[in-house]
Formats: sequence, structure tokens, C-alpha cells
Amino acid sequence: MQAKSRAGLAPTASPGLVQRFLKRDSDRRLGALLAGLAAACATLLLLVLAFLLVESLPVLAHWRAFFSSEGWYPLENRFDLMPMLWASLAAATGALLLAAPLGLASAIFVVFYAPAPLARFYRLVLNLLAGIPSVVFGLWGLTVLVPLIARWQPPGASLLAAVLILALMILPTVAVTAIAALRAVPRAVLSGAVALGIGARGRILGVALPAARGGITGGFLLAAARALGETMAVLMVAGNVVQNPSGLFEPVRVLTANIALEMAYATGTHRSGLFASGLVLTLLVLLLAWLGTRVMRGHRHG
Amino acid sequence: MGEKLAERTFTTAVWLSVALVAAVFLWIVADVALRGFSTLSWSFLSQAPGDAGRTGGIAPILVSTLLILSIALAVAVPLGLAVAVWLSEFTRAGRGGDTMRLFLDVLAGVPSIVYGLFGNAFFSIYLGLGFSLLSGGLTLACMILPVFIRTCEAGLGAVGSEWRLGALAAGMTHGAAVRHILLPAAAPAVAAGLVLGIGRATAETAALIFTSGYVDRIPGSLLDSGRALAVHIYDLSMNVTGGDAAAYASALVLIALIALLNVLAQALTDNWLSRRITPL
Amino acid sequence: MNRIAKTLLVLLAAGWLQPLAAADDRLTLTGSSTVAPLALEIGKRFERENPGVRVDVQTGGSSRGINDARLGLADIGLVSRALNAEEKDLTAYTIALDGIGIILHRDNPVRQLSVEQIVDIYTGKTRNWRELGGPDKPITAVNKAEGRSTLELFLHYFALKNSQIRAQVVIGDNQQGIKTVAGNPGAIGYVSIGSAEFEQKRGVPIRLIPMDGVEASVAAVRDGSYPLSRPLNLVVKGKPPALGERFIGFARSAAVNDLVEAQFFVPLEP
Repeated sequence: MQAKSRAGLAPTASPGLVQRFLKRDSDRRLGALLAGLAAACATLLLLVLAFLLVESLPVLAHWRAFFSSEGWYPLENRFDLMPMLWASLAAATGALLLAAPLGLASAIFVVFYAPAPLARFYRLVLNLLAGIPSVVFGLWGLTVLVPLIARWQPPGASLLAAVLILALMILPTVAVTAIAALRAVPRAVLSGAVALGIGARGRILGVALPAARGGITGGFLLAAARALGETMAVLMVAGNVVQNPSGLFEPVRVLTANIALEMAYATGTHRSGLFASGLVLTLLVLLLAWLGTRVMRGHRHG
Repeated sequence: MGEKLAERTFTTAVWLSVALVAAVFLWIVADVALRGFSTLSWSFLSQAPGDAGRTGGIAPILVSTLLILSIALAVAVPLGLAVAVWLSEFTRAGRGGDTMRLFLDVLAGVPSIVYGLFGNAFFSIYLGLGFSLLSGGLTLACMILPVFIRTCEAGLGAVGSEWRLGALAAGMTHGAAVRHILLPAAAPAVAAGLVLGIGRATAETAALIFTSGYVDRIPGSLLDSGRALAVHIYDLSMNVTGGDAAAYASALVLIALIALLNVLAQALTDNWLSRRITPL
Repeated sequence: MNRIAKTLLVLLAAGWLQPLAAADDRLTLTGSSTVAPLALEIGKRFERENPGVRVDVQTGGSSRGINDARLGLADIGLVSRALNAEEKDLTAYTIALDGIGIILHRDNPVRQLSVEQIVDIYTGKTRNWRELGGPDKPITAVNKAEGRSTLELFLHYFALKNSQIRAQVVIGDNQQGIKTVAGNPGAIGYVSIGSAEFEQKRGVPIRLIPMDGVEASVAAVRDGSYPLSRPLNLVVKGKPPALGERFIGFARSAAVNDLVEAQFFVPLEP
């Protein structure tokens, strides 16, 4: 989707330019080398997907069981994945709803508001937040956040706890990518707005954000994917009861937690059922990526 | 008047959001620091763990963590940059590039534990690397590649076409333009990708339990198993009774380590890449 | 300069790619996360007494221990339960015992629960502590995730199926159970007795309650009076290699009793 948004700037828009570049022998060799590396990389990553598919094959024959609403009791051959799918979606959506405005505000702060030393310091805070291991988030959630919620609405381990922890974890992704995108907005565009007497708010909301839209949306998608794929921290705070998410204070189990909780103890169809959890998650991200591409395309034409 | 009010509200909202994020961050770090600081000492950093990690220190675990991270970055950064350049500069719309991008976006969402199981099946068993730093590092490389490539590519894509035209006008080859103009101009995005990658790799638990393993002595070779810091923290806090103090101290060390790596990565991309800009 | 550095790096890497110990001096143990810390400590002591030998311990769960021992991926599997009927191709050597006890939050005035009451709590028939003579507080039943040996043992003892259980929180490892109950005054859970005893003494707000009238303590597990306990096993397929046999002998001897107790388990012989 990033690619679409920058179509107006990149060589794709001016094929002649690329052609002239590519005439040289050294460039042709470089192109071939890079294509080779990309192919190698693609092969490696394809292997990951193939692995996932092969391992989940044994239960895919009974794929209807995934939607059976019989519950998840793999040892009794009941493989209903839907509640966990909804839980994953609910947790990731909630987290993104919180992290998107906060992350954007963070990026705007760093790029437009903060004096240089403060901006540098705050960027370090964001980077550190990105680097705090999920185990530490989980520990903090389990020993501080969950008891806090439990005092208010037991059991405490809940969708809300998962949303809050996930929002914290993906906020740096939103902020860091948005900072990079906002920085890339050409100075000339912004100074044009200043010359027109537009205030900071108008400059940011009306000029900078739309210009950086591609990178920011890319960051949102990355963050959503990260939220869907996060495992350890959610496992520690979400309660992990397999049920449809019916309220913020209800415990839920997300797909990743399902894999991490049971994989070490699973054999046979139970094990393939867990890989199928991973596959469903991957399809979900595929859908997300595809939607993102569509949205960006719509923006470009609209 | 209304314009001024909106302006002020917006500014306040931005500052409040930032204050909120910083406050929660400080809360978490203070919580970890308060519980871990009393255990932290020079000997904690320089000794081997004893009694399942409750006593002693984390020296071998620090060594393993840094080695795993080095392997992951040594593989992912050059490969990632190459693929990002290919995607951004050498593909045309509608060809392999779009498929590759979609593919990368999907892989960015595959949970890390699946990478762990893949790494175990492919690197450890199929390629015969066993439980080793190498298996762990390569698995992490696979895991951080998608995000790294996409972030770098976004940065390259955002470089205005006037830079390319300028390079062309100066008679540069495309390769030279990439090296001297485009990559330096995309340095902030490369730094962002690096930061996200380092953060994710250093903090990873699930993928490493199945690849680099659990052994807590100093690795003698890259084919030895070695426990990463995040695995150590998980084990101490969730599995070893009475390991909390050491877990929090280790978490403190891990956060400090990531801060250090971040500053280094930032400095490296700022200086090394921007030094190569040649004025048009 | 650059080239020299590169050459050095390559040489260093090549040197590091050579494993230090030969294969026949190396033992690989994989399996249960409960047993792994203990196996690691026993391995360290074994290494000290047998210079040149290396013992590598990996975790990943009991079923991984079974699988790896069966396929020869590991010399010895670690399994935190007794072997079942489909696993008779393996031989188990018990190195320690572990009891499973019910814990409540320290502030919960309930001191005793009958087997029926526990079953009613875990099947969702009883949902408030008021019904059990406690405060008006909803019950948070903490259950273990599918496949964990503690869960199997718990279900077996109370004659339940996992699909009958209505839990409010499902957890993975032992310490998560203790932390969850410690953070929620209405919670009930079941964890390893040794570690619960230790945490309770250390001031963590949990309390072990008797199981079917028998006080939950390491002492009761040791003398065999406690009804809910499990063996921690080393498993091998066929006859283990000489080194493995020596290790198993060592791990079952009184020479490691202090290590077993340090991990809050019960040694075989006093």
C-alpha cells in the first residue's frame, strides 16, 4: 500500500527515467543481483508459509469444525476457532483505536512541536517502549494492571487488559513510522502553508498528515499486524478463556495465546489444530493487507 | 477567535497525549527498576547464574543475547536493504514487486511462535544446526526481515523524484545513485526499521525457546545452545519459583541494553549514511 | 585495514563454528518446563564431577520430551507426569515428586473446601464466595491450559472433563497461577505445593488449603499421605547409552537431594 501512495513520486510514474538508468551494464548486473537476493528472501519466507500449511494439513480436512461453535477442546476433537478469532480481532482493533491517536500525536509532537533536545529524548522513550520485551509488559500487566482492574471488575484478566497492554506495545510502531513519514514530507510544501498564513494545526492536519498518509497508513497496518501477532504479553493478561468477547471485562483467548499455551503439550491433531490457529491468523493479516491496498488505491483515485 | 481556540486545543491535546505516553512508560520502567534495582550489581553482570537463575548473574546470557542479535542483524540488514532497493528502484508496477509486498505484509503478522517452530523444524532439524545461536539468529532474521524491508522501502519511496533526476543529470549509474543519494536520503526510515528490528529481536521469547534454547552457560561456538535474556526473564518470572528479583533485574538490564543499541543504531545511520551524501 | 578486520572476523566465525565437546561426551535433555530448571542444576553438578562431559537442557513441554526421546532427537526426555498407556515404548525413571495444592487469596476467610465444593466452583455451579461462607465476592476460578500435566491430574482427581470446567482465567505456567491468585482476592487456583509454600512464607498473599481434609504441605507429599501428587520423570527409549545411564543413576541418587529441594520438589529418598 506504501507503494501505491508514492506512485506519484517513484520511478514507476516516469518509466523513461528507469529505462535510462537501466541501460548501463553495471546497473543491469546490480538489478539481477538484487532480484536474486529478493528471490532468495522470498523463498525463505515462502518456506515459513509452506511450513505452516503442511503442519496444519491434518485438521484442514475437517475445516468445518473451526466454525462448529462446539468450543475448543482439542483432546475431545472439538476445534472451534471462531471465539478466538473474534477475540484476536477485538483486542487488535481496541489496541489500534487507542494507539493510533496517541501514536500520531507522539509523531506530531516530535516533528512539529518539541524543541530538539526534548524531541530526541521522547524519541528515545518511544524506541525504548518498542524494545521492552513482551514478557516485561506481561509481567507489569499481570502484577500491576490486572489486580487494578480486578479490584474494580473481577476477574481483572480481561479483554480490557489485553487492549491496554497491546496499545502500549504497538504505539511505538505507529509513532516511529509516522515520524519517518512526516519527516519525508518536503519542506517546500510546509513552508508554502506558512507563507499562506495557515496555523500549526491547519498545517499539520491539512497539509502534513495528508502528504504523509501513505507511510502513516502503512504504520497502522504494521501495528495492527503486530497486535494480532503478539503472544506472550497477551497470554499473561487476557485470561485465556475460550469464549466470544462479550464485554471489556470478560476474559478472552486470542489465537496466538492459544498456540503458545498449548503447543508445548500438544501432539497429533491437537498440534495441527494449533498450526491451523496460526494459519487463520495469517489469513486475517492477508485480508488486512489486501484491504489496506484497496483503501490506498481508493485514496489515489479519489 | 474560534481558530485560536482550536489551535490551542490541538496543541494541548498533543502535549497531553505525549505526557500520558511518557507517564505510562515511566510507570513501567519505575516498577521494573524498583523491583530489580537491589539485585543489580557488577557481579550480577559478570557471574554465571546459579540455582536455576535465582542466584549468581547473567553474564553467559548477555553474551548469548548479543551473539544471537549480531547474527540476526548481519543477515537481515544487508538482505533487507537489498530487497528494499530492488522493490523500490528495480521493479515496475504490476510485476513481482506487488506480490512480494503483500507477501511481506502477511509475514509481518505471522506470530513469532510460528517462526520459532519453523526455525526449529528448518534450521535446527532439517539443516542440522540443532539448538544453537545460529538457529536462533537466523530465525530472528526471518522474523524481522518483513518489517525491516517494508520500512526501508517506504523510506526509499518517499525520496522525491528530483533526487533521482539530479543523479541522472550528474551522469551517475543507478547503482551509484542508490548508494550515494537514495539510501542516505532514506536514512531516517532505515534507522526506524533498524530500531523496530532490534527491539523486536532483542525482546523475543517465543521464537528463541525452540531454536537457540535454554542452556545457560557461555557458548563455546555459534553451534552451541545459548539462552537469550528475554527467555531468561520469562523462565524466571513464570516458571522458577522465587526468581522474581532476578527476573526484574534482568529486565532492567535488557531495557538498558536496548537503549544503548538504539543510541548506537541512531548514531550509525545518522552519521554513516548521511556522510555519503554528495551535493548535487 | 578493512580487509584485515574482515579476514579476522571470518577466521573467528570459522573457529566458533566448531563445537567444543565431542558427541559422545554430550547429553541432550529436552521436555517439561517444570523439570527443566532441576535438570539444568543436576546437569551442572554432573558436569563438575565428570570433567569433559556436557549436559544440554532444553524446554518445550512434556510432550516434546516424549516426542524427542522417541525420535532420538534427545538422549533423555523430561516428563512431569506418569507415562500413559500409549507411551509404554518408553521407560520412565522418577527423580522427584511434586504435589498439587489448592490456593486462595490470603484475605479470603474460607479455610476449607470439600471435594464437592471444589467441583461446583470449577463447573460454574458456585459463583460467589457468599455461598461458601465467605464475603460477597465473585469467584475467579483459575484453570490450567489444555495439555498441561497438572490439569490432567486435577481433572482425573476430581473426575471431571475439561469441557465441563467453567474457568474465569486460564494460565500456562505455575508462577502465573500464583501471581494471578495473589492479585485477585476472589481467586482460587491449583499450583505446585512446594512453590506455593515458599511464596506463602515469603509474604505473597496466597494460602494453601487442605485437599480432602489432608493438609497441603511438602511433608504430606513426602510421607505419601497427600492425595494429589505426580512423579517428575526422565524418560528414555530402550536402553540409554552408558553416559545417559550414569546420569540417570546420578539424578536418582541422594547426591542431588539438596538440588531437588531447592526447586521445591520432594526427593525420592530422604
